[in-house]
This record gives sequence, structure tokens and C-alpha cells, in this order.
Amino acid sequence: MNINRRQMLILLPAAAIAWKSVLAGTPQDSPNYKMSDHWWGMLIDIPKCIGCGNCVRACSNENAVPKGYFRTWVERYQVEEGRENPRVDSPNGAIDGFPANTNPNLKSFFVPKLCNHCADSPCVQVCPVGATFVSPDGVVMVDDSYCLGCRYCVQACPYGCRYLHPEKNTVDKCTLCYHRITKGLTTACCENCPTGARKLVDFKDPKDPVHEFLRQNNVQVLKPQMATKAKVYYKDLDGSVR
Amino acid sequence: MSVFKDAGHLFRFAGLFVLAFIVFLVVRHFVVPPSFGQYGHYRAAAIAEIASRPVKFAGHDTCEACHSDVADKKSKGKHAHVNCEACHGAQAKHASADDPSTVKPVLPDTTVLCARCHTASAAKPKDFPQVVPADHSNGMPCDTCHQPHNPSMDAAAADVPAKPVGGAK
Repeated sequence: MNINRRQMLILLPAAAIAWKSVLAGTPQDSPNYKMSDHWWGMLIDIPKCIGCGNCVRACSNENAVPKGYFRTWVERYQVEEGRENPRVDSPNGAIDGFPANTNPNLKSFFVPKLCNHCADSPCVQVCPVGATFVSPDGVVMVDDSYCLGCRYCVQACPYGCRYLHPEKNTVDKCTLCYHRITKGLTTACCENCPTGARKLVDFKDPKDPVHEFLRQNNVQVLKPQMATKAKVYYKDLDGSVR
Repeated sequence: MSVFKDAGHLFRFAGLFVLAFIVFLVVRHFVVPPSFGQYGHYRAAAIAEIASRPVKFAGHDTCEACHSDVADKKSKGKHAHVNCEACHGAQAKHASADDPSTVKPVLPDTTVLCARCHTASAAKPKDFPQVVPADHSNGMPCDTCHQPHNPSMDAAAADVPAKPVGGAK
């Protein structure tokens, strides 16, 4: 692209104004974002998660999630000797992390959870009014001006990722930080994960490291038997996780 | 014509149906938002509405544009992959202020902050550095000895660029 000095002088302040409003968080369009070029998902590297709860705090702050509700949360699995099922805890969604393990000899690990942004989502299928949908770039979202608050989708979600917003009385859920990813930023949880255990990925981007990651590692989705085509992939997920 | 001789009541009834259908179309035109059905059975304008919500975490690229000295220091230590706002909190307001010094971020308390990640737990990866804070520092703030941007003790003692991660001691 050839730009002469005059055009550059016109473009610079315009770019500066646009960038400022991105940072200030003032409502604005994302003119360079093309939905058809993306297909979003997430990678979660379980061996890297330290259960600090940074993702939960960041998500609550970024999305003004009401107290006691969670768009993302961290579970701790403790597989004890002689017990068939693991013990799972997530005190207050792990927003303040976890208390120390009571028995250091057991098998224990953290599992961060969030909306799986299923390509074939049960929550979308049950909505009677078309308030919840999968966007053309693969993000499951709720149109809160259409939502009746009937809670069908809350029951339909196999992963427990939806809740009724106590003030709006409409259903609320993870938007994969759609207001951030359309501006070229990563999600609040990924931005604030100190160990890089969570990574936002774009399956339509041939240069995205996700393709190599899926080839090289042991990956699994949650509840594959539900055939939801979940797009949150877990590395080295233990068989005891449900 | 004898077929329609006594069918007047049927025509009136059919006319009523046609009228009701036209009323339905008119109402539908005004009630259904124009973008409904553009991509599927939902209001396409909702996507743009969700995309225009405010951003609170500016992202590490924004931080590093001004604070390149800290980014430099951090890149040499074990915290190279920890993004700025993971410790300093959401800073979009600071980054977008006309004069960023007017919106000063609060310095985190290292006694609380460091413990969130580094308190010993059996569930954490074995190679992740973990301490029992009470035994390790006796309640002293972590930054008494460690510099959070490059926590290696060598770096703190001499304030020189640290050895590469995993280098011989």
C-alpha cells in the first residue's frame, strides 16, 4: 500500500483515536474483524495449572460477573486410595485459590472449567426464542434483549456453564471475551494466567500453534459422549474428570 | 355458477383469513428486528452489541509499549511468561488516560500476591517452585529478598542481568 504524506497525516490521528477507544473500553466497532476468518477455541494444559485462581478473578473483573456466580472456575480433584470416585472441591469457584491439601500423598490436580463453546451445542438447540446462538466464528453467546430467563439452556448445558443473572434475570455465560478477541486481544483469563495453562486458539488460522499442539499431545474434550463438538481441549486430562 | 350459488359465507370467511394474514405480515415486519435470521435463528446485531462491551485489561503489549525497561528485566527471569496485569490488575484506565500518571496503579502486597501462586500444595506441578510462607520467610514481605520482576536471588543481590533460566549455578 502506498501512502503519501498527506494521507499519512490524515490516517494517524484517526488511528490514534480508534486505539484510544479500544483501550478506554468505550463502545465501538471492530472494523477490521471478519467473523468468517476465525473459529475460536481454547487449550487447557492441566499439568501447568497451579490453581491460583487468577483466571477466575480476571474474568469476574473483566465481565462484571455477579458475586457468587462464575463464567470460569477451577476444580481440584483429589483421588484418594481406596475410593472409587475422586473428591472434587472448588471453594467459591477458586476465586481465592485453594486451601492446602489435607493429604499430600493422594493424586491431585486442578481442572479449570469454562464454557466449551460447542459447535453443536445443546443450549442453543433448546432455546425457544433464539436468544442463544453460535456465532459464525464459533462463540456461543446470549442475546440478553431476547432472553426470557426460562432456564432451559441452564438445564441443557452438560458442563454447568450457565447461570441466571440475579439482576438482569436473563441467562449469562462466558462470551470467550468476545469484546476482546474481536479487537486482537486475548481473553481476560488467558491474559492473566501466570503459567500459560490456558491459551485462546483460532482453528481457522493455519499459523496458530494449536494444530501442532493437537498433534503432539494427549488431548481430550470434556464429556465427548455428549457429541457436543466441544472446542475446549484439555491436555493430559485424567479419566476421573467428569 | 350453481357451484358458488350458496357459497357467499365461505368467501367472507376466506376474506377474513386473507385480512388476518396481511395483519400478521405487517405486525411481523415491525416486531422482528431486521437482523434476525441474517446468520441463523437469532438477532445478528447482538454479536456487535456484545463485541462493544468495555475492555478492562489492556493486555501486556500495551504495557510493554511504555514500560519496556520492566519488560526487559522480566524477560531475563523466571517470570518472563507472567503478564503484567496478572499481578498489577486491570490497567486499561491507566493505559488510556491522557496522562497515565494521574491513574496510578496500586502496588500489590507481595505477602499476599506471591503466596497465591507459590504456597505449597500437593496438587501443583512438582517442578513448580513452592514454599510454606510461614516457614520460608516468617511473614516478611517477599520483596524483602526477591525482586518480583526477576525473582532469582542472584538478580536481587547484584541487580545485574540474571543468569539464563536453567543455567549452571
